[in-house]
Amino acid sequence: MFRMANPARFMRVSAAVLPWCAGATALLLAGALILALFVAPPDYQQGEAVRIMYVHVPAAYMASLVYVVVAVASAVALIWRHPLADIAAQEAAPLGAGFTLICLVSGSLWGEPMWGTWWVWDARLTSVLVLFFLYLGYIALIHAFDDPTRGAKAGAVLALVGVVNLPIIKFSVDWWSTLHQPESIFRLGGPTIATSMLWPLGVMALGFTLFFVTLLLVRMRSRLLAAKIRALRLAA
Amino acid sequence: MTAFLLLVRRDLRLALRQGGDAAIVIAFFFLAVILFPLGVGPEPEILTHIAAGIVWVTALLAALLSLERLFLADYDDGSLEVLALMPLPLELQVLAKALAHWLTTGLPLTVMAPLLALLLHLDRAGYPMLVAGMALGTPILSLIGAIGAAVTLGARRGGVLLSLLVLPLYIPVLIFGVGAVEAQIIGVSARPHLLLLLALLLAAIPLAPVAAAAALRQAVE
Repeated sequence: MFRMANPARFMRVSAAVLPWCAGATALLLAGALILALFVAPPDYQQGEAVRIMYVHVPAAYMASLVYVVVAVASAVALIWRHPLADIAAQEAAPLGAGFTLICLVSGSLWGEPMWGTWWVWDARLTSVLVLFFLYLGYIALIHAFDDPTRGAKAGAVLALVGVVNLPIIKFSVDWWSTLHQPESIFRLGGPTIATSMLWPLGVMALGFTLFFVTLLLVRMRSRLLAAKIRALRLAA
Repeated sequence: MTAFLLLVRRDLRLALRQGGDAAIVIAFFFLAVILFPLGVGPEPEILTHIAAGIVWVTALLAALLSLERLFLADYDDGSLEVLALMPLPLELQVLAKALAHWLTTGLPLTVMAPLLALLLHLDRAGYPMLVAGMALGTPILSLIGAIGAAVTLGARRGGVLLSLLVLPLYIPVLIFGVGAVEAQIIGVSARPHLLLLLALLLAAIPLAPVAAAAALRQAVE
C-alpha cells in the first residue's frame, strides 16, 4: 500500500496493468452476456424475465462493494494521510453511485413484471435508496469546499459514518420479512440458486468488478495527469 | 465535569439570548404540521392514520433547522479554535453542544408533539408511545446532526448540504419512532421499537462525538 503512495510509481504500474484489466473486462462481460442471454435456462416461475437478474444482482453487489472501497480508502487517507487514498475514494464514489442507480432501475424493471409494481417501500429497496443518497451527499460534500483538502477530509469522515448503512442493506431481508427475496447466494449451507444460473452470475459479477477496477484506474490516472498539467501551467 | 456543564450552560445561554432558536423551531413545527390537513384534507379518518408519521417527519425537519448553527457561530468568530485547545476532550465538548442543542430543540419538540398529535386526531393509545419515542429519538437527531454540522463547517451552501447528508441517516429513527406508535395503536407491544431506539441512542452517544470531533479537528487545523 505504501509503495503506491508515490504517484509516479502508481502511474507506471497502473499503465502496465490497465490494458490487461480493460481486455479482461471486455472478454468477461461479453462472455457473461452470452451466458446470461442464451445459455442460462429461463426460470420455471419467472420465465425469461429472470435474465434481468444477471444485471441487477452484480450491480447491487458492486453498489455495496464500491462503498466499502470508498470507506476503506477514506480510513487509509485519514489514518496514514496516504495521498492516493483520497483520490481513490473520490474517484470511486461516482462509479458507486452509477452502480447503485443501475441496481435501482434494473430492480424496478424486474419488479414490475414479477411483483406487479415498480417500487415498494421494502426494507432492502429503501436501504439501497439511502445508499444512493449517501453517495450523492458524499460527492456534493467533497466539492463544497474552496479548499479541496478540506473537502477530502470532511468527505472521509462522512464516508466512514455512512458505513452503518451497509449491514442494514445486507441483513434487511433477513431481519424484516419483506417482498424482496432473502439471500440466495452468500449464505450458510451453500447457495439456493441453481448451478446453471450461478455460473453466468459469477462471471458477470467478476466482469462488473474488473469493469470498476478499470474505470477507477482510468479516473485516478486522469486526475493525477490533470494535477500535473495544472502544476506545469502554474510553473510556466 | 464542571467544564462540561459550563459548556452546556454557555451554549444554552447563547441560544436563549441570541434570538430564541427554540421558539423558531417550535413555530416551524406548528406551521409544517398545519400544512398537512390543508394538503391532504381535513377528514379525521385520514388524519388519524397518518398523524404519527406527520408529527415525526415534521419533527425531523424542525430539528434540522437549527443544526447549522451548532458549531457555525463558534467557527466564524474563532471560539472553536480556543475550545479545541481546552483540556476538555473535543469529543466531550461535542457531546455538551449536542446536549444543549437537544435541550433547545429536541426537548421542546417532544413536549409539543402530543398537542400537535391532538390536532391531527391521533388515536388515544398512541400518545405515551409518541412521547416516549420522541424522548429517545430526538437526542439521536442532535447527535447525528452534530456529525453533519461538523462535516459541513466552512462549506459553501453548508445548510442545504447539511440536510442532504443528515436526512438519510435520520431514517432509522423515523422508522422506529413511528413504529412504536403504530404498534401501540394496533395493540401489539411497542417495546421492541423503543428498545431499538434506545440501542441507537446508546450507540450514538459514544460514536457520534468521535466522528464529529474528527471533523472539527480538520476544520480548525
